[in-house]
Amino acid sequence: MTEATKDLKKMLSLQPDWDRLPDPNFEFLPDDFELASDEAKENFIEKAPPVTYWQDAVRRFKQNTVAMFALGLLIVIILFAFVGPLFFENDYTTMVRGQENLGMSLKHPFGTDKFGRDLMLRTMYGSRISLLVGICASAIVLVIGTIYGSISGFVGGRVDDIMMRIVELIYSIPEVLVVLLISITIKIPIQNWCNSSDSSLAHSVAQTGPSLIAIFIAFGLLYWVTMSRIIRGQVLMLKQQEYVTAARALGAGSKRIVKRHLWPNCIGQIIVTTAMQIPSAIFLESFLSFLGIGVAAPMTSLGSMASDALGGIYTYPYRLIIPAIILSLLILSLNLVGDGLRDALDPRLKK
Amino acid sequence: MAKYICKRIIMAIVVLLLIASLTFLLMNLVPGGPFLSEKAPSQAVLDALNAKYGLDQPLHIQLKNYMVNALHGDFGVSLKMQKNRPVTDIIIEMFPVSLRVGIVAVIVAVICGVPMGCIAAYYRGGKMDSFLRVVMTLGISIPGFVVATLLLIFFGVKLHWLPTMGLNGWTSYIMPAFTLAFYPMCYLGRLSRSSMLDAINQDYIRTARAKGVKGKAIIFKHALRNALIPVVTYLGPLTAGIVTGGFVAETVFCIPGLGRYFVQSVLNRDYPIIMATTIFLAALVILMNLVVDILYKVIDPRIDITKGGEH
Repeated sequence: MTEATKDLKKMLSLQPDWDRLPDPNFEFLPDDFELASDEAKENFIEKAPPVTYWQDAVRRFKQNTVAMFALGLLIVIILFAFVGPLFFENDYTTMVRGQENLGMSLKHPFGTDKFGRDLMLRTMYGSRISLLVGICASAIVLVIGTIYGSISGFVGGRVDDIMMRIVELIYSIPEVLVVLLISITIKIPIQNWCNSSDSSLAHSVAQTGPSLIAIFIAFGLLYWVTMSRIIRGQVLMLKQQEYVTAARALGAGSKRIVKRHLWPNCIGQIIVTTAMQIPSAIFLESFLSFLGIGVAAPMTSLGSMASDALGGIYTYPYRLIIPAIILSLLILSLNLVGDGLRDALDPRLKK
Repeated sequence: MAKYICKRIIMAIVVLLLIASLTFLLMNLVPGGPFLSEKAPSQAVLDALNAKYGLDQPLHIQLKNYMVNALHGDFGVSLKMQKNRPVTDIIIEMFPVSLRVGIVAVIVAVICGVPMGCIAAYYRGGKMDSFLRVVMTLGISIPGFVVATLLLIFFGVKLHWLPTMGLNGWTSYIMPAFTLAFYPMCYLGRLSRSSMLDAINQDYIRTARAKGVKGKAIIFKHALRNALIPVVTYLGPLTAGIVTGGFVAETVFCIPGLGRYFVQSVLNRDYPIIMATTIFLAALVILMNLVVDILYKVIDPRIDITKGGEH
């Protein structure tokens, strides 16, 4: 009888498909009750190496082809931004007389601008600024959001109420409007402070550029609320866990509990939320630079390059298209990597 | 419910006051008043100008005066860009232009975005779904100014199909409205796809299927209604996005709307215009958020917004 007819017969018999009962005629053999040898024991237990949270996350991330592809793209852009300029002898500010407004060529793959500056080099520096803005701004968000959220969630009660009211208040502020205002208004005071003060801090601020610092401050002031809400939710949940009670019974202080027990347990969420902040920071910086409020000349960013190119759009459209495409690819790859990280680190959130 | 609405309105007023004071203080942080230009006026002239506009008084008095006047609908006069013209006048003139483009954009975003998400959810896991997801992810990764300028290059400069500036005739609405709608459209698509998938897995959908309702009818008659609830909540942020997107779109396409004017007044440091526009736009966004939150409650009585108020 073939398998198919067997199946058909079974179906037609209309019997439930539960497991068969043991064979009533079964008999034990005499050596069935022998003690197992060490070798047999060794082979019996399937040896799977223990997998840590991180190994598991890395495995999940690697299986995600889209995210891996985006990661590759991101690495290419990072290399382009940070290693690329090493191959040029000139600085991004160097203006070469007699090489103004060149088209694309082997020497200047993206051409030169009206001051004779190499545009490929400037694009590299622009992407560098975008990446730095993304990373620094989300680092600020990470620090403020995590600390605020953990205090609010851990202390609870009245403190939590008040702190969350403040968060709600900031939440309903239209951020871009205020960020725009802040970054135009505090630029000049920072500049003045840099010029008058002689400390090393002022010096490093001057080197980064007051307008970038202004963007960081604006971003840090407004964008930490999402982060703090997520951390608060996690801390509220985690602080009821038995291991926290145990730690407290053993005499651990609040600071230690938060640092040693609560933060490591929300690390996945912290990383994912931070990663999601990076593209939005880059988005915002390029928006401001495009409107002419972001980084100041001679510093450049992808947004301000696009804005500069707008004037020559009829003659040199590629000057606008190239930075625009690089910026979009950068944000796209960051978004996809962020999605991949979320799926890898926090599989419960996956949809 | 009444208590909730009251709470939200009070909150909105507090936020508005906060924004107004913040804007005011920030404006005054900037050294160099509106009367400074390359040809510096003499000290006597400066003093006279400051006295005329009340800029010589202490900061808190200025703030108080401003607030009192603002509550009476007087936001001062433009100091630089359109000298001595009341700011309220300017806003009344400029805002309808922005509003027209904005409304077209909202309609485009909803009409294209929601069906895109529904189609992706209907063909979940299939080729169509992957394609739409790629498009939508791309859409939320491309900054508005990139969309605007690329449109300008291809349809305005290269092909000469659409007018590149101004707002004359319906063809000139296409590019600005699409620029404004692009991001919200893709965001809405993603949102409606995921909420549609949630809805499809509900029990009542299985019941409908068991009763013999056809696939498309299930999607569009049964699932869509519930899938639209999260979409409604996005309408608040959507307004904010369209307002801020207006800065870029109106600048690129030279549309004489409030967005472009705001950017220009920021660059020219015309205090009264910056303040009034910020407060006006902030009020608009906050009001939309308020309306949406209340609407949310009306649409879906299961949601208890009085608790938590998470968006």
